[in-house]
Amino acid sequence: MSEDDVRLIPADDSSWRFEAYLRRGGYEAARKAVTSMAPQDVIAEVRRAGLRGRGGAGFPAGLKWSFVPQCGTAPKYLCVNADEGEPGTFKDRAILVRNPHQLLEGMIIAAFGVGIRKAFIYVRGEYARIARRLEEALAEARERGFLGRGIFGSDFDLEVIVHVGAGAYICGEETALLESVEGRRGQPRFKPPFPAVVGLFRSPTVINNVETLANIPSIIGCGADWFTARGLPKDGGTRLFGVSGAVRRPGLYELPMGTPLRTIVETHAGGPPEGVAIKAVVPGGLSAPVLRPDELDVPMDFDSLAKAGSMLGTAGIVVIGDRTPIIEVLKVTARFYAHESCGQCTPCRIGTSWIHKTVTRIGEGQGRLSDLDLILRLAEGMKGRTLCPMGDAAALPIHALVSKFRDELEQAVSR
Amino acid sequence: MSYAPSAATLKKIEGMIAPYPEKSAALLPVLRAIQEESGCVLPEAEAWVAAKLGIRPIRVREVLSFYTMFRRKPAGKTTIQVCRNLSCTLAGAEDIIGFLREKLHIGPDGTTPDGRITLETVECLGNCDHAPCLQIDGVDHGPVTRDGAAALLEELRAHE
Ligand SMILES: Cc1cc2nc3c(=O)[nH]c(=O)nc-3n(C[C@H](O)[C@H](O)[C@H](O)COP(=O)(O)O)c2cc1C
Ligand code: SF4
Ligand code: FES
Repeated sequence: MSEDDVRLIPADDSSWRFEAYLRRGGYEAARKAVTSMAPQDVIAEVRRAGLRGRGGAGFPAGLKWSFVPQCGTAPKYLCVNADEGEPGTFKDRAILVRNPHQLLEGMIIAAFGVGIRKAFIYVRGEYARIARRLEEALAEARERGFLGRGIFGSDFDLEVIVHVGAGAYICGEETALLESVEGRRGQPRFKPPFPAVVGLFRSPTVINNVETLANIPSIIGCGADWFTARGLPKDGGTRLFGVSGAVRRPGLYELPMGTPLRTIVETHAGGPPEGVAIKAVVPGGLSAPVLRPDELDVPMDFDSLAKAGSMLGTAGIVVIGDRTPIIEVLKVTARFYAHESCGQCTPCRIGTSWIHKTVTRIGEGQGRLSDLDLILRLAEGMKGRTLCPMGDAAALPIHALVSKFRDELEQAVSR
Repeated sequence: MSYAPSAATLKKIEGMIAPYPEKSAALLPVLRAIQEESGCVLPEAEAWVAAKLGIRPIRVREVLSFYTMFRRKPAGKTTIQVCRNLSCTLAGAEDIIGFLREKLHIGPDGTTPDGRITLETVECLGNCDHAPCLQIDGVDHGPVTRDGAAALLEELRAHE
């Protein structure tokens, strides 16, 4: 495999086909794992590679796999999270459209490592057309005996089912996703027990993001050292950075983990258009607290972003130009979370809708100065007090918008 | 009135149920298949699904009412869904939404009186690098300008 062959998004448009993937050295890593490695060695290599989950939380993938109990006779499941609902994020779409076989190969390796024989790919309803291509890729792989019974002539079997959602951001949360695969409302479950122990159909379950799994073939194929050399020792590999908003070249950029945010925005995405200056940048999907223009030298990796008071999240970067009033950003954010709260717990249900009402009032010119403190108080009341992480996902970005752009918002209120 | 899917849809539904360890897990795909054929899922169809999957009718209703893409009432023949989340708003989504409403003479989230087009606003479509963007019956378009939106409407009319 050459450097260019292991990109998550190949340059060529027809590269999604099985034959094209084989020409790039595809399925060699899965063959190697299944026919010549012990399952625990697969997990050990992924742990060594420092691959952190690309779905948002950045949990180390190999460590997650190692939590699955290896005793007992209950079936085990793999769920691939292709719900991609985090606003500002469009990376999993690109993998599904342009490199689906790399995801499938990653799934084979993960399933072999953990001892799983059945996998579900949960694709958001809005990607139903993309899911058809995924079905085609699955059929291609099955036809060659790369999926199904006796993969690569071994006694390892893997069945893959594509499960298409029906519109609900919360189904991206891992336990809500399990509920949705079981044919229920996507309402998050209380943890513990964690899905690795009690997950889908009450069985041990691994849930991983599309991009996480698409990184697995190169880790097994080229080795953990190669992988960390392309990123950071505790945060290996490249990342798909999506850039949208006020930039000249919106798009997806595959760059080493730890590339400075400013470099991505200004060099790769071309910076803001003529006559526009940057007012704020959302670094990792709408849930990630905004950064001010003086905070953009931060390296884009999980730990650095956390230290900067935000998060890497899905690495969906949204650039806000100086012509956009912050109240507009606040309105979109507040509306989104009020709409997407599953309603199961009070701080999130009431908090998001109260914040939304208050923000709407400010937007309509009926705001009071005390409204800004009210929003901050409501956000603080949600933080850490909800059943699933969505309470924080809503509270943190709203809190950051109000506290970092207080002067502008105060002007909006008193006008 | 009782409900029954077409023979083709029934076959599809049975194929969908088979791979799941528990029949009831096929609820979302089955509802999707029915909606694809009938445009929505009416109470008669809910009862049919409950019987087919061996679950109580309330479970079908719970799911139908939770997910935004399911319809319990018919909509227009064509559905236009315009994204209004952050990247699209920054790129002028509200202007496109206003333009489409004016062109189609309908209010927010409405259907034209002739039942041809339903216009809806949605949250992020995962296509933010093509903002402002929209989907017409699940097909992505973007970036969309006013002229581009007018052309898309023309095309829809031409295909009537
Ligand atoms: C509200 C909410 C929405 C989420 N949406 C997604 C999503 O769309 N895709 C995703 O991969 N992870 C999403 N996650 C994170 C998942 O819960 C989970 O951490 C992830 O799928 C694990 O995979 P990874 O370790 O490979 O990242 C979401 C979490 C929350 C709290
Ligand atoms: S935090 Fe919000 S989304 Fe999560 S369970 Fe509670 S109400 Fe539902
Ligand atoms: S914000 Fe419109 S597609 Fe993402």
